Amino acid sequence: MDSGIVRMSAADLAAGIAAGDLSAAEVTEAHLGRIEAVEDRVHSFLHVSAEQARRAAQAVDAQRAAGEPLGPLAGVPLALKDVFTTMDMPTTCGSAILDGWRPPYDATITRRLREAGVVLLGKTNMDEFAMGSSTENSAFGPSRNPWDLARVPGGSSGGSAAAVAGFEAPLGVGTDTGGSIRQPAAVCGLVGGKPTYGATSRYGLVAFASSLDTPGPLARTVLDAALLHEVMAGHDPRDSTSVDSPVPPVVAAARQADISGLTVGIVPELSGEGYQPGVLARFAEAVELLESLGAKLMEVSCPHFTYGLAAYYLIAPSECSSNLARFDAMRFGLRCGDDGTRSAEEVMSLTRESGFGAEVKRRIMLGTYALSSGYYDAYYGKAQQVRTLITRDFQAAFEQVDVLVSPTTPTTAFPIGERVDDPMAMYLADLCTIPANLSGNPALSVPCGLSPDDGLPVGLQIMAPVLADDRLYRVAAALEAALDRRRGYPLLDDAKGLA
Amino acid sequence: MTGTVSAASGPSAAVEKGAAVTGLVPFGDAVSRYDPVIGLETHVELGTATKMFCGCPAVFGGDPNTHVCPVCLGLPGSLPVANRVAIEYTIRIGLALNCQIASWCRFARKNYFYPDMPKNFQISQYDEPLCVDGWLDVTIDDPGAEGGSRAIRVGIERVHLEEDTGKSLHVGGTTGRIHGADYSLVDYNRAGIPLVEIVTKPVDGTGELAPAAARAYVTELRDLLRSLEVSDVRMEEGSLRCDVNTSLSPRGSGVWGTRTETKNVNSLRSVERAVRHEIERQAAVLDSGERVVLQTRHFHEDTGTTTAGRGKEEAQDYRYFPEPDLLPIAPSSQWVDAIRAGLPELPAARRARLMGEWAVSAREFMDIRNAGAVDAVAATVAAGASAAEARKWWLNELVRRANEAGADVADLPISPAAVARVAELVKAGTLSDKLARQVIDGVLAGEGTPDEVVAARGLAVVSDEGALLTAVDAAIAANPDVAEKVRGGKIAAAGALVGAVMKATRGQADATRVRELILDRLRA
Amino acid sequence: MPIAREDVAHLARLARLALADDELDHLAAQLDQIITAVARVQEVAADGIPPTSHSVPMQNVFRDDVTEPCLPAEAVLAAAPAAEQQRFRVPRILAEE
Repeated sequence: MDSGIVRMSAADLAAGIAAGDLSAAEVTEAHLGRIEAVEDRVHSFLHVSAEQARRAAQAVDAQRAAGEPLGPLAGVPLALKDVFTTMDMPTTCGSAILDGWRPPYDATITRRLREAGVVLLGKTNMDEFAMGSSTENSAFGPSRNPWDLARVPGGSSGGSAAAVAGFEAPLGVGTDTGGSIRQPAAVCGLVGGKPTYGATSRYGLVAFASSLDTPGPLARTVLDAALLHEVMAGHDPRDSTSVDSPVPPVVAAARQADISGLTVGIVPELSGEGYQPGVLARFAEAVELLESLGAKLMEVSCPHFTYGLAAYYLIAPSECSSNLARFDAMRFGLRCGDDGTRSAEEVMSLTRESGFGAEVKRRIMLGTYALSSGYYDAYYGKAQQVRTLITRDFQAAFEQVDVLVSPTTPTTAFPIGERVDDPMAMYLADLCTIPANLSGNPALSVPCGLSPDDGLPVGLQIMAPVLADDRLYRVAAALEAALDRRRGYPLLDDAKGLA
Repeated sequence: MTGTVSAASGPSAAVEKGAAVTGLVPFGDAVSRYDPVIGLETHVELGTATKMFCGCPAVFGGDPNTHVCPVCLGLPGSLPVANRVAIEYTIRIGLALNCQIASWCRFARKNYFYPDMPKNFQISQYDEPLCVDGWLDVTIDDPGAEGGSRAIRVGIERVHLEEDTGKSLHVGGTTGRIHGADYSLVDYNRAGIPLVEIVTKPVDGTGELAPAAARAYVTELRDLLRSLEVSDVRMEEGSLRCDVNTSLSPRGSGVWGTRTETKNVNSLRSVERAVRHEIERQAAVLDSGERVVLQTRHFHEDTGTTTAGRGKEEAQDYRYFPEPDLLPIAPSSQWVDAIRAGLPELPAARRARLMGEWAVSAREFMDIRNAGAVDAVAATVAAGASAAEARKWWLNELVRRANEAGADVADLPISPAAVARVAELVKAGTLSDKLARQVIDGVLAGEGTPDEVVAARGLAVVSDEGALLTAVDAAIAANPDVAEKVRGGKIAAAGALVGAVMKATRGQADATRVRELILDRLRA
Repeated sequence: MPIAREDVAHLARLARLALADDELDHLAAQLDQIITAVARVQEVAADGIPPTSHSVPMQNVFRDDVTEPCLPAEAVLAAAPAAEQQRFRVPRILAEE
């Protein structure tokens, strides 16, 4: 297998396939070979669909041979988070309760990717039902960070991130409810975007927290992420919350990469105590670099961001307690304890007890509590008000600045096992990413170097006004270009975990 | 319930205690000492083409699990999208019930686990219903009142939109019911059909008429919904279902008692019986010094009684919250005005109009309505009959036949146009009433139109005077002693001669004319 | 207000989770810790602040009343843990709602 192919960007692969310099079949073979070589160490995938991938690649090659027009990512392989339904592959959401479930329908995202000629290599590992920041909550074992196999790749989209960082796929799709794309992107040295809420369809995305869940791209370059964003986004009549407006010009913005005259706001609330010094150091350097590229800097306070974590851990569990009620052993999935004597209620309770992992049960219980009569106003109601206040903070900030920036996550990748028994410590990984989920604003994490204290990647988060997703790519591309120039080689060349 | 369940000792003890009182107080005695307060929650399946949140057909029946998709099966990842027409129908119902239409409202999730509910939450509306605060005027039969009826105004608390559940078939055990079954089989064809819930305010002050009032309300509501063309309102198919709340207030106390909610009362007659039974039962509970327990009860058609379901005090905590997968509904005033402009003539207005046009009293109109013949009479009048003729044939003749056949009068295989033609033939003298009944027999037996039946059976009245006179003379000649009595002034004796003539003409003569001819002959 | 073991048991019943005894104890402590932390939302001065349930400021998103194809019957029951007579077979149902 040509290791050159797996190190190529999606943009270059697509261009090569379109020009006939590469066949989609050989690109797919190269990635399947890489998966074969490293998967036992990374464990990015829950399911690899080699045969379907080969067929999809052949179809693209046939299309090209017939002179039919190809989409911008035709023939490019992709790692799909196992939270999207797929008719030809299992969909488990990292949970034993769905082990082996084959949905009778494709998610809108799945369908769009197929229609664009993207080659689905398989389904990637994740924290169970997207609840977690490490993939350690997967019922099928954790994924590992290609930078250091003893560390987590972040989560919940950790499998997709590990696959892209480990060169098993040039592109990954994740979902972001509280940071589940941006945080793994940051700790794996990738670009990860959370589009404006509603810009990417949730139809066929197995819901964790409906009002927060947002599908988005993971890639090794800003342009690749933008190309994938453009394929994924767009109005879907099957999702009532889907935004019915044109997709912002994200690819053009990624190519423009010019931020002169842009005003960049720094949020003081997303910094300081509890942040790893190396993370803060790299973040500060990146901000200076942005200034040197022509951006104007300004500190903008968002006072209610500090309540984001608390509001999130009421809203997301509340919605999840209701969304996960359908996993009841009656129509699909696992059924336990049905010995002919037990009642439906007992079988439901036994199945859910053994089919759900500890974190999922914890959040179901928390959400059940927050919604129960007598507590609703004090918890859920208050959290919804905090949501309004955070949205207002964003709106006020964007009257002064074009984008906001912060570290993506307070620390670099942490060791596997370090936080599994300490939910509150685990939840802190989402501190900086949660505000944009609560308000629906688009946000993106872009690498800003390696932390001097541990040599692991650090992410810079960019946040933009609703439906101004293009600004994320413009700023990220400018920063990426400047850092690449300074370094002289791609950041991921430093990832030694799989060397 | 599993081992982790902590028993709620207080309420369940009360359930046991309340259940110990099994007697009934005779209805008349009960309402002489207690004032009933009733309330009704009515669920109506809308007659939209598709379900509430997906494109599956919203039709009754079908092979099991053939009208389902990922959305109404609640499969992971699926999302609801609200049916515009269902929202329009709900607003139409709200307007017809004189409600205010919310300018902004939301769907909410009602969370509880049940195998026939695919998502284990029902998308419903909670504190933000689409329509609130209306009323419906109904008329109750009241033999004691002036005009034989009494009008009451039933307040409407709210009208909201939700989704129906699937249907379970209980297998094993002895009863075929849920209790004692070995397992159940679930069909989700019905799951997701749009369901409108109409909740009344408490209705008090109807006294002994409370059971009739409950029935009259549901009847009026059914007629209203039918005229709005939003539902086929077939109680026997479950597209109209009632829950009946009943409580008793000791006469003159002004203090309302604890209510019970009797579920799934699914015929007009059962509505009346369920209220009556609860009044008799609750009176017995109160008489014995116990308290009525707030609970769900189930009505049994066979015995006309109710039995306790799960006690409400240990019932579910539904954990309502705004449905995050659906956006708010904010009907514009233009939209609401357009729906209002499209409302048909409502039953109450139509009845007032028809009463005037037909020149009937309220009592007489009530008889037509109770017979279920308003539409038939109206259509017969439209086909050319007079109101009196139409009433006469439908109420005197066809209602009796419908009762004999155990069918609704509207379902008889005779058209209003055919009834109008029969009336026309009688008016023209072609048919006597007796012959007309035979024509109706023929039409009902599928022998064709009234004219075809007349021709095929040879049923026209014998109006040839010559033929009649021959028959009259023959009768007189055959009965000289009777003829002599009539000549002697015993006019009543002529009946025997009329009978002889009618027999001779096989009933096809006009009896009045025959009598005239006999008297003419014997006077001469 | 600390979360008692009985409260956790009640929540577990509402949520249909047959938690083991040791899980009840463990969760009671964890939930108490988390709820204490998230109760911070009550410190915010939020008088007169409307709640946000949806972050997209849209409303009146409807579908036309037009039928779409249903799932093929075999696909409906393919994943059913048990099926009989073209229906989902479920264990006996205890209480009527």
